Amino acid sequence: MIRTPLRPLAQILLARQAGQNPDMIERDNLAKRHDIMRESTKGRSQLRLAVLALAFFAAFATIVVRMGMLAASEPVEPRLAGAESGISAGRADLTDRNGRMLATNMVTHALYAHPKDMIDPVRVAKELALIFSDFKVADLERRFTDGRNFLWLRKVLSPEQMQAVHDIGDPGLLFGPREMRLYPNGRLAAHILGGASFGQEGVNAAQVIGMAGLEYALDSSLRDPSLSNQPVALSIDLTVQDAVAEVLASGMTMLDAKGAAAVLMDVDTGEVISLVSLPDFDPNDRPRPILGNDPALSPLFNRAVQGVYELGSTFKIFAVAQALELGLVTPDTMVDADAPMTWGRFRISEYEGKNYGPLLSVADVIAKSSNVGTAHIALEIGAERQKAFLQSLGLLDLSPVELSEARGTYPLVPKNWSEITTITASYGHGIATSPLHLAAAYSTIANGGILVRPSLLRDHPLENMPRILSEKSAAQAVGMLRGVVTRGTATFADVDGYQVAGKTGTADKPNPQGGYYKNRVINTFASLFPASNPKYVLIVTLDEPVDNTGPKPRRTAGYTAVPVAGEIIRRVAPLLGLRPGLDLAQETVVKAVISGSINQ
Amino acid sequence: MRPLLYLLTFCCVMALAFWAYRENYATQHGMKEVNVLRADIAHLRESISVQKAEWAYLNRPARLRDLTALNFDRLQLLPMNPDQFGDLARVALYQAPPSDMSQMTVDMIELQTLTAPTEVGAPKP
Repeated sequence: MIRTPLRPLAQILLARQAGQNPDMIERDNLAKRHDIMRESTKGRSQLRLAVLALAFFAAFATIVVRMGMLAASEPVEPRLAGAESGISAGRADLTDRNGRMLATNMVTHALYAHPKDMIDPVRVAKELALIFSDFKVADLERRFTDGRNFLWLRKVLSPEQMQAVHDIGDPGLLFGPREMRLYPNGRLAAHILGGASFGQEGVNAAQVIGMAGLEYALDSSLRDPSLSNQPVALSIDLTVQDAVAEVLASGMTMLDAKGAAAVLMDVDTGEVISLVSLPDFDPNDRPRPILGNDPALSPLFNRAVQGVYELGSTFKIFAVAQALELGLVTPDTMVDADAPMTWGRFRISEYEGKNYGPLLSVADVIAKSSNVGTAHIALEIGAERQKAFLQSLGLLDLSPVELSEARGTYPLVPKNWSEITTITASYGHGIATSPLHLAAAYSTIANGGILVRPSLLRDHPLENMPRILSEKSAAQAVGMLRGVVTRGTATFADVDGYQVAGKTGTADKPNPQGGYYKNRVINTFASLFPASNPKYVLIVTLDEPVDNTGPKPRRTAGYTAVPVAGEIIRRVAPLLGLRPGLDLAQETVVKAVISGSINQ
Repeated sequence: MRPLLYLLTFCCVMALAFWAYRENYATQHGMKEVNVLRADIAHLRESISVQKAEWAYLNRPARLRDLTALNFDRLQLLPMNPDQFGDLARVALYQAPPSDMSQMTVDMIELQTLTAPTEVGAPKP
């Protein structure tokens, strides 16, 4: 800034000449300078004021807006969203093939305690012990008073128990909602369903996880929240399952058997319509597994899937079917059946030392269940081809069924497939599979030779399965199996109208100490019906049955498993919507024509 | 002119403010209702699942079997049996009674007079 001098010399001289007071000029200039200074100061202080005002305005505006928001908004309690708890409790229902409920969820409550909130822990302990018989007063009292903050008391309460706990009226007792898995049909289909229990537990929810069976095998998809509204339909038919279980249970009691299993399978799709294993258990209250002992003694043991047994003569049809397929024999070919047969140091004889030989037709080998005849056929096939055939039928691998138990149950197969193995395997000894394996293999014969994949789900994907047998050899094999029922070892299963075909099998039980038991057998009847157009395969297996109605105890399948299977077919075939077959229908048509009623 | 414009704008703003105020409360009310309905639906769903479970429990095959046994004298229900399949030819179907044509036309006329009396009578003065 250029300072203007207060007394500019030119003006002073001029003023002196004019006789004016030069001081006036100085004052005038001073005043001008002060004016400029004042102006600049004024501007600065005004700016300061404005900034200050703005600050105050902002502060007060914030307060006003906040107050306004508080006044205008609704007071809402913060709520815990279901997903935030980290435990998803939903679980899809399981239904049978017709939509009848097999497993569902029910809302119930768990009981827990906050001992520090309790008014009178001693009284609470006493009252709780009155409601729940398994609680001990002293124990509860100790736990209520040892200074802990939190205590689980019961995982699941019935409504009555909950009301009783409410009536105690102590603020230290609290309820947490729980989804509980419920099996309304009780023991029915217990082995298929398995059972469930609680996994991760919180106060507000608990995870329900599958313990065994389908609940375990399908656990992740059942728990998937996006699928939990859609029930999973099983291939099981509840009505059929019940009928099979009822007949099998009474058969087991009558024949004094230790256990029993039955598998009913649709031969075209491999769907398991019914799968029963006895003794069974209640999945609502799944018993603890027995430790140490033989797991087969536990009711949890699924004999139809986990029970790997030597299934005896039921295997004979595989050797014969393969021989038919290879063109080695026809049903009428005569084969050597001269018993006993000696092979190296082994002696192969028939049941009760009979001799059906010297020659027997292939159809009769099956009908009479000749070990020697089958052995000769198997020797013609040879070890390698036999093993490959059994493998292709799925008898030597894990069963692909969806049960978790099936994933750990390998068939027992000899490591070294020698010629004697070929002989024994042809009549079902030295090779052990589960009844479910057998059902799938028989389905292949029954449906005209196409491999099936057993499944417990109604909507399982259908794949193009390979053909194992030609239609002709499958039909011939079915015809021979029909012969077993009409004139062979299984005449008790000849249910009128359903043309049952099948093969019996009696195998001595292996002794864990080595060798075989003398009087303990596993009896199996593998059947298919109706023989003219097979629709279903039924396998019935009885563990240590004995028929005591005769003069001496009978332990062959023909007297034990066969009548039971016959009764099951008689009960179940109408439920499956199968009309009694041609023989009956033709008869009625003829009658109708004779009586003249058919044209009206 | 200008004061009128100001007045109009002010009125507009006031009207919009009033509308927004009402809309705000309507939305809050709606949201509350949705929450109530959601809770209702959840509750009803739960009830349905309980009813379904109960229905399945009451219809469990073991119980039905016991009930048929208990009420056998009234219902006489037995397990299904292959003999129960009948033949269509054996069913006594309804058969029209034999009749000649003249009889039929008479019947039809009678039927008409019986069923449509109002139409016949309507045009009368």
